[in-house]
Amino acid sequence: MDNKPESKHLLEMRGLRIEGQSGEEWLEIVKGIDLTLDRGQMLGLIGESGAGKSTIGLAAMGFARPGCRFSGGEILFDGVDLRELRRKDRRSLRGVRIAYVAQSAAASFNPAHRLIDQFSEIPVEHGISSKSEAEADAIDLFTRLKMPFPDVIGFRYPHQVSGGQLQRAMTAMALSCRPDLIIFDEPTTALDVTTQIEVLVTIRDVVKQFNTAAIYITHDLAVVAQMSDKIIVLRYGEKVEEAETRVMLSDPKQDYTKSLWAVRSFTKSSKPPEHEQVPLMRVEHVTAAYGKDVILKDISFDIHRGQTVAVVGESGSGKSTTARVITGLLPPLQGSVFFDGVPLPADYRKRSKDQLRQAQMIYQMADTAVNPRHKIRDIIGRPLSFYLGLGGAKLEQRIRELLDMIELDPDVFIDRYPGELSGGQKQRVCIARALAAEPKFIICDEVTSALDQLVAEGILKLLDRLQQEFNLAYMFITHDLATVRAIADRVVVMLQGEIVEQGSKDTVFSPPHHEYTNLLLSSVPEMDPDWLDNMLKSKVDSPDIVRSSDIIR
Amino acid sequence: MSEVEIKTALDSADAKAPPPKVNKWDEAMLELKKAPWSAKFGFLVIALYVFAAFFAPLLTPFGESEIVGDSFLPWNETNILGTDNLGRDMLTRLLYGARNTVGIAFVTTCFAFLIGGVAGMLAAILGGWTDQVLSRIVDILMAIPQLIFALLLLTIFGTSIPVLIVIIAILDSTRVFRLARAVSHNVVVTDFVESARLRGESMGWISIREVLPNIMPPLVAEFGLRFCFVFLLISGLSFLGLGLQPPTADWGSMVRDNATLITYGDITPLLPAGAIALLTVGVNFVVDWFLHKTSGLRDGQ
Repeated sequence: MDNKPESKHLLEMRGLRIEGQSGEEWLEIVKGIDLTLDRGQMLGLIGESGAGKSTIGLAAMGFARPGCRFSGGEILFDGVDLRELRRKDRRSLRGVRIAYVAQSAAASFNPAHRLIDQFSEIPVEHGISSKSEAEADAIDLFTRLKMPFPDVIGFRYPHQVSGGQLQRAMTAMALSCRPDLIIFDEPTTALDVTTQIEVLVTIRDVVKQFNTAAIYITHDLAVVAQMSDKIIVLRYGEKVEEAETRVMLSDPKQDYTKSLWAVRSFTKSSKPPEHEQVPLMRVEHVTAAYGKDVILKDISFDIHRGQTVAVVGESGSGKSTTARVITGLLPPLQGSVFFDGVPLPADYRKRSKDQLRQAQMIYQMADTAVNPRHKIRDIIGRPLSFYLGLGGAKLEQRIRELLDMIELDPDVFIDRYPGELSGGQKQRVCIARALAAEPKFIICDEVTSALDQLVAEGILKLLDRLQQEFNLAYMFITHDLATVRAIADRVVVMLQGEIVEQGSKDTVFSPPHHEYTNLLLSSVPEMDPDWLDNMLKSKVDSPDIVRSSDIIR
Repeated sequence: MSEVEIKTALDSADAKAPPPKVNKWDEAMLELKKAPWSAKFGFLVIALYVFAAFFAPLLTPFGESEIVGDSFLPWNETNILGTDNLGRDMLTRLLYGARNTVGIAFVTTCFAFLIGGVAGMLAAILGGWTDQVLSRIVDILMAIPQLIFALLLLTIFGTSIPVLIVIIAILDSTRVFRLARAVSHNVVVTDFVESARLRGESMGWISIREVLPNIMPPLVAEFGLRFCFVFLLISGLSFLGLGLQPPTADWGSMVRDNATLITYGDITPLLPAGAIALLTVGVNFVVDWFLHKTSGLRDGQ
């Protein structure tokens, strides 16, 4: 696409250092990173949040976020140092020769414009093609990315297509100028496993087809194993390890890399199923709707004392609605919920204080689940004083016990605000708040999906320990089957508001499967780098199922 | 890989040391030091006005409505800024004006926020019929131009200070209601409010402890702006003769009473107008800075 002599590498970073502003001082957040990338190659950057993955990804475009600045090193793109280019020249590179695909496509599209208009904006703006050429190209790319109805889908607004389709449209947009380098920043993190697969396949094909170089940023090892040719593991802004994907997977050198690999192996000690007369929580023939849309259709399942029931399914399958019915936020049209054999009033406002106390909830986003203006002391202390009437020294003592229980030092944390805590710590505080009410039953709504693997692992272990200590029952809502494998006793599989399969973990996870369970199970990426290829081969026989999520929407 | 190693990896992943705690007062002082010159100027102006309002009787030897000489005396040694149309000392009336106009505007704004804020939060938290009824009432009140509505009501109920405060507070609370309702809506849908509801908390707890602290920054900023508008409205009403009644000193009526002097090239009648303008500018500088600060904080979270 241009006639300049090819430099040795398409992208080369030498000793890259980036500083971030923290109050008055500048702290180094990327500490001397070297990397090289050639055409047709895909580089995986993995690490926890705060490791500097995204910062490095953006640096590949010569961009530092507001509050960040380059403090050293070189970023050579096609032999030119991006840091030394003038602002105008840098701008002309972005979008044209280097493109960026963000994590949340939904947040990256302007909701007020049609997809195709947003697609053609960059090529037209940079004078590469006319509006009509760009639109024709968009339809061509939509076809290649296997989007349904490629001729017309571009004329929809972002909210009219599904998350997976939007993410593919975003990839198409990044390709609009046929860039030499694309940066994918966690492009599938917000998607369901079944949708994730489609996007992964698309991205891989596209990179091959156009001989593009790509940087793939993620915290999911199994995903990066499918996608990249080589992997760089980052931690605290430093390179921990760099190797070819297969080498890295089979023979990690550093302890930290090994610990990342080991995370997925956690499984809780499996308990023999208890057969008591009355289940702790029974959901019986529940049908529920928002307005006229029926979300749940005749749902029934039991949860026994000390057991974890995992409710799995993709988004829109009614998992969270089930939780809302149980907590009484959404009174069902039919059916009822029994706690310890006693029917609960359908509306939470009609439930007694004690009924409310017995069933607690932990949310997906710990950030919004705690009031940012309350101290940890108040957050954990409120259920204690509200339900149990504790006060004064007793209250203080109990808060400290609870903080000890969730492995946070009371002296350090008791007077902090949530904003001063990390995501994992906030989630622990939410757990302490739920525990403070001394419940018998806790609903965990995607509690680990917003967290890094190592942190999520810690939370799961904590929940498991607390379950054994207090004989708690959990209803665990998740779309992550690795989590289900780790903690569930029983599994309920939901699809479009119906339960398609339920039973003990071993029964559900061993064949024969229900068709949908099979799809879910086979969609979870594995650490094997050949997994995606094998999976695609096997899918050739039943192409309908692969596309099921498109059909559903 | 041993269990211990995984454990340390977990600890370091989850236990970032939080920043050290600073005393709230020190923090505020530090913020103030870092404030731009415009905000500092604004604070200075406000402090000056508050000082004048509190110590008016000590700063001047004359009484508020005491006639000290001929009318329209030029600037001289005893009456530094001359006298007005009735022979009252101009500087004295300016200082007392700070007390009356600013004081009443402040009280009125407080009332407006009390009414509008509480109603707005209730509408957002309860939703449904409460929200519909309150919002439609506000729509009706807002449909009539504020100044004309105020003039009308003042003519009906007569112009005493309590009536003035109540009428302007109610009319102004409609704007506060809209804002309070809108920002509360964003907070009401969060998980922590849902969690408080599921805990069985009362309306009072949810609105005061859960919602209010989270809508404070925009409300405080709005308070500054509203204060200016109320202040201008009162001055305007006084200028029209329906605000503060003589002999109470008020900047609006002072402009009207002495307006004839302008034809003679005397700038004295512009002084009360200037006082109004200066305070408005000062308050807006502070509000701007505050808005900038709080929105910046939100980005940081």
